[in-house]
Amino acid sequence: MQLVCPAGNLPALQAAIDAGADAVYAGFRDQTNARAFPGLNFSDDELRDGIAYAHQRGRQVYLALNTYPDSVRLPQWYAAVDKAAEFGCDAIIAAEMAVLDYATRTHPALKRHLSVQGSATTAPALRYAHERFGISRAVLPRVLSIQQVERLCEGSPVPLEVFAFGSLCIMVEGRCQLSSYVTGASPNRHGVCSPASFVRWEEHDDGRRSVRLNNVLMDRFEPREPAGYPTVCKGRFEVGGEVFHALEEPTSLNTLELLPRLAQAGVAALKIEGRQRGVAYVGSVTRTWRDALDRYRASPQDWSAQPRWQSALSKHAEGHQTTLGPYHRSWH
Amino acid sequence: MNTMKLSLGPLQYFWPREHTLAFYREAADWPVDIIYLGETVCSKRRELGTRDWIALAAELARSGKQVVLSSLALIEAESELGALQRLVDHGDCWIEANDLSAVQLCRERGVPFVAGPTLNVYNHHALAMLMDDGLRRWVPGVEQGHTLLRELREAMQAEGRTMPELEVIAFGRLPLAFSARCFTARALDVAKDQCGFRCIDYPDGMPLATREGRPFLRINGIQIQGEEITDLGPELPQLRELGVDVLRLYPQAEGMAEVVAHYHLARRSPVAPPRIGARNGYWHGEPGMRMPETA
Repeated sequence: MQLVCPAGNLPALQAAIDAGADAVYAGFRDQTNARAFPGLNFSDDELRDGIAYAHQRGRQVYLALNTYPDSVRLPQWYAAVDKAAEFGCDAIIAAEMAVLDYATRTHPALKRHLSVQGSATTAPALRYAHERFGISRAVLPRVLSIQQVERLCEGSPVPLEVFAFGSLCIMVEGRCQLSSYVTGASPNRHGVCSPASFVRWEEHDDGRRSVRLNNVLMDRFEPREPAGYPTVCKGRFEVGGEVFHALEEPTSLNTLELLPRLAQAGVAALKIEGRQRGVAYVGSVTRTWRDALDRYRASPQDWSAQPRWQSALSKHAEGHQTTLGPYHRSWH
Repeated sequence: MNTMKLSLGPLQYFWPREHTLAFYREAADWPVDIIYLGETVCSKRRELGTRDWIALAAELARSGKQVVLSSLALIEAESELGALQRLVDHGDCWIEANDLSAVQLCRERGVPFVAGPTLNVYNHHALAMLMDDGLRRWVPGVEQGHTLLRELREAMQAEGRTMPELEVIAFGRLPLAFSARCFTARALDVAKDQCGFRCIDYPDGMPLATREGRPFLRINGIQIQGEEITDLGPELPQLRELGVDVLRLYPQAEGMAEVVAHYHLARRSPVAPPRIGARNGYWHGEPGMRMPETA
């Protein structure tokens, strides 16, 4: 299994490569990718440099072009596809039909991966993307159980990539409008979720804090209570007279213990989430998974998830908590 | 003045069998042109099974409605794919394709389909491709408002393509998100696999409020909706000018006959009707929800 790691900028790309990523994924500094955060992503020159750095070491760079352009902005996405081909990216990761079709017709030699944002959860959906756009890989949404992933590996026309570690979108990717309902800014259209410009923290006299997203209260925290980033899905709300994390707790996905099953199912690549995270995260998480994958390759029979791997990963998890998420039935 | 058609969108909630059948018996006499039938949220909801929906489709078709069979927004299990395949194989009705699986099965069988609001069609080129696949009508996703649709229509015209029928969500709670997790089961602290079909107790979904008591979202099984029942009635002149062909009204537990009557009157009048629900911010290029005053 290939290890695909996040590169939010050039230092992170280098850290991932140095720590043993087989491939990194990156985006341009605009809304053509789903991590269009301030201070993140690559200029043209940085991307060229990053590709050179990876290729010199025999690794790959994928370009995330996984947002949904409207008609007027389509040329910007097409231009990004052109640049991906010109710079020598090893693949683009795209979700939107016009973008995929343009790449298919204009740069047939440039590989196309179906992004997680493409929401393809079944063999027929993957068939569609394969027949229509000749995709060579698909990234599965984080909604399927391990049994469903195993079955899909059997029926898919293309190799599959799954999320292994990182922040957990609990909604089907590409199908969540919670951010846009509150802020008008959406993952699909703008590459952002609950953007920081809409977040307002309030300190109260008693030491408590409140956090609002575009003036809508997402949560309140007691003094010294750890507070996470206020995406709508991780706020505390009142349902039936009780206040709780009605959608999801601040927690990260960690599938380390499923590594042998994913390998045996024929999963082609494991993806680490986190282009918005720093060099320390990328280096440490990549090193940990590299070690785990190498040990598995060397000796699949004796492999078990080592505590030192788990503790290294937990340090980088949201709220220091991890979950098997949808891979495990009890999460549902 | 072209008179827009009225549609009843698929029932998003889970109602008891008799309640659902009674609703559609009534709807047969309402002045709606199109009725979408079927389960779009959760395959475990089986008060009506695939066969029941197909039988109901035949019955409603006899009363002169165009019936479209709607598919699940999220398909995970083989059994769910099997149910979708049966809807497509039925052959008498168009399918509302709410994910790519449905598009592909329709394409393989040559069955015409409506692109539902979760299909993620954002531009003219994607729309044209889907038309080649058999798309006959398009329901844009919730975040696409007046300006985006006008620009898309102009881009279609510039490329010499004809628009398919355009259907806009005019009334109802907006479907905002879908998950593998059942939020109703989570709120009731029961496992999804042993949910006891408790969402049947919430015929308009389960209200979720912020910690300062502001109604915010609705929990509806694996789906999250906006709390507000949106209403594009006052915007009808704008919809008409844009060339909207169909106004979608999502079923609510109470008062649907009056809602249909209201829109039936409005669609034949050049004057915009008064607002009966909440303003839909998305339509105006703003956040979907009504924003609170600065605290």
